[in-house]
Amino acid sequence: MSEAANVRPVTSIAAFYAIAYEMETDAVERYKVLADQMQTHNNGELVLIFLDLARAEGLHAEEIRRMAGELGVESKSGPIGSWRSESPEAADLSAAHYLMTPRDALLMALAGEERAVAFYTGLAAAATDPEIRKLAEEFIAEETEHVELCHRLLRRYPPAGAERYEDPDPPLAGD
Amino acid sequence: MSATAPLSCKPGDYKSDIKPIWCPGCGDYHVLMALTRAFAALGLPPEQIAVVSGIGCSSRIPAYTSCYGFHGVHGRSLAVAAGLKIVRPDLTVVVTSGDGDGYSIGGNHFLHACRRNVDLTYVVMDNHIYGMTKGQPSPTTEPDFDTALTPGGTGVRPFNPLVVALASGANFVARAYSGNPHDTASLLVEAVRHPGFSFVEVLSPCVTYRPDQRAWKERVHSAPVSATDDAARAARRLMTDDGFNLGVLYRGNRLPYQPTAVAVTSDLAEFEKGFEI
Repeated sequence: MSEAANVRPVTSIAAFYAIAYEMETDAVERYKVLADQMQTHNNGELVLIFLDLARAEGLHAEEIRRMAGELGVESKSGPIGSWRSESPEAADLSAAHYLMTPRDALLMALAGEERAVAFYTGLAAAATDPEIRKLAEEFIAEETEHVELCHRLLRRYPPAGAERYEDPDPPLAGD
Repeated sequence: MSATAPLSCKPGDYKSDIKPIWCPGCGDYHVLMALTRAFAALGLPPEQIAVVSGIGCSSRIPAYTSCYGFHGVHGRSLAVAAGLKIVRPDLTVVVTSGDGDGYSIGGNHFLHACRRNVDLTYVVMDNHIYGMTKGQPSPTTEPDFDTALTPGGTGVRPFNPLVVALASGANFVARAYSGNPHDTASLLVEAVRHPGFSFVEVLSPCVTYRPDQRAWKERVHSAPVSATDDAARAARRLMTDDGFNLGVLYRGNRLPYQPTAVAVTSDLAEFEKGFEI
C-alpha cells in the first residue's frame, strides 16, 4: 500500500499535527520495545542504539507538540491511531533478531524514515489547503534530514560477515 | 463490559515494569502492544480489567500488564476466567492463550466456553507450534511440517479454530495478524464491547521455530466481506477461507450467560433443604 493511501484525508492543521505526533509516539514505543528486547537478550550495543532512536523520536514528538501550541496534538481517534493501518514510520518489530547488528537497526530506522518522507510527500501532493501543503513540505524536509543522518551513521557500520550471525548455542535445539 | 467513564489512561499505563522475555521478532510483542492500546481506547482503568492465561509463551502476558492477572494451569484459563466473570461481572475479563494451550490441552474448555457464552474475550496467539517447549507440533500445525521431532510431518489434519468456535456457540469470531497492532487493537476493542464470548484468533509468528511465518505479512489480507450475524453463512465462509482473512467474521446476537446471584444462607439446615430429595 502506498504511504499516501495510508492516512485519512487531512482536513485541518490540528489533524495534521495530531497524526504527526502519533507517528512519533508510535516510533518511540516501538524503539523502546526493541531496546527492552535487546536488553533481555544481552545485546548491549543495540540497547543503546534503540534508546537513542527512541530519544530522537521523542524529541521530534515534543517539537511537534510545541509547534501545535494551543491546537494540541491529542487525536480524536484515541490511542489507537489515525492512520488506516499501521503508522507509516513504524519500525518492523517482526524483523528483530537477538543477533542483529547496529547496521541492521539503522537499516530498520532508515526504512521507517523513508516511509515517513513518502507519507508526507503524499500528504503534500493531496493537500488542497496551501497551509497544510506548506506544513507537509516542512515535515518532508525534517524527515529527509533523518534519512541522511541514517545514511551517515550507516557508513560507520559496514555489513557484517556471516559469522556475526552465528550462535554456538542456538535456541533452536529441538533435535 | 462494565460501563465506565472514559479515562485518559495511555497504553503505557497498562504495561507492568516486567520486561517480556519473548524472542526478538516474536508476534506476541505486537499483541501486547495491541492489547494495551485497546484497553486505553476502551477507557478502562487497569483495576477493572483481569487478564487470565494458561501456560505457554503467549500466556506470559498477564505479568506484562498492570491489570489484575492470573497465570493459571495449562489449558484451564477459560475455566478460571469464566468463574471470575460470573462472580465479578463488573470486571472486564480477557483471556490470553496459544494454540497448544487453547486448542489441545484446553480444547475441551474451549468448546464449552463457546457454548456457555460467558462475557469474555478470548485472544489466542496462534503460531502453529509449541514454542516454549522447543517446537513440537500443535493442533494447528500443517500436516507436512517436517522436523526432527516429527519426521515427514504429523500427517494429521489441522484444527480449524474459527469453525470450531462458531459451531460451539461463540458470539463473536474474528481473526487478526499480530504484525498489524493498530488493526488488532481496533478488533480487540470490538471484541471486548461485544456481549458474550468473543473469540479472536491472532496469527502471531514464532520467528524461532517457524521462521517461515515471517511470510505471513505478505499473505494476510482484509476479509472481502463484512461480518455476518448468520451462523450458517459464517460457517460456509470460514470453511472455505484461506486462513488469512482478517477482521470480524461473525457477530452473533446470543445473550451472555450470567446466572443471577442467589442469596447465601449461613443457616446449615436451611442450606441442606435445597438438597432434599
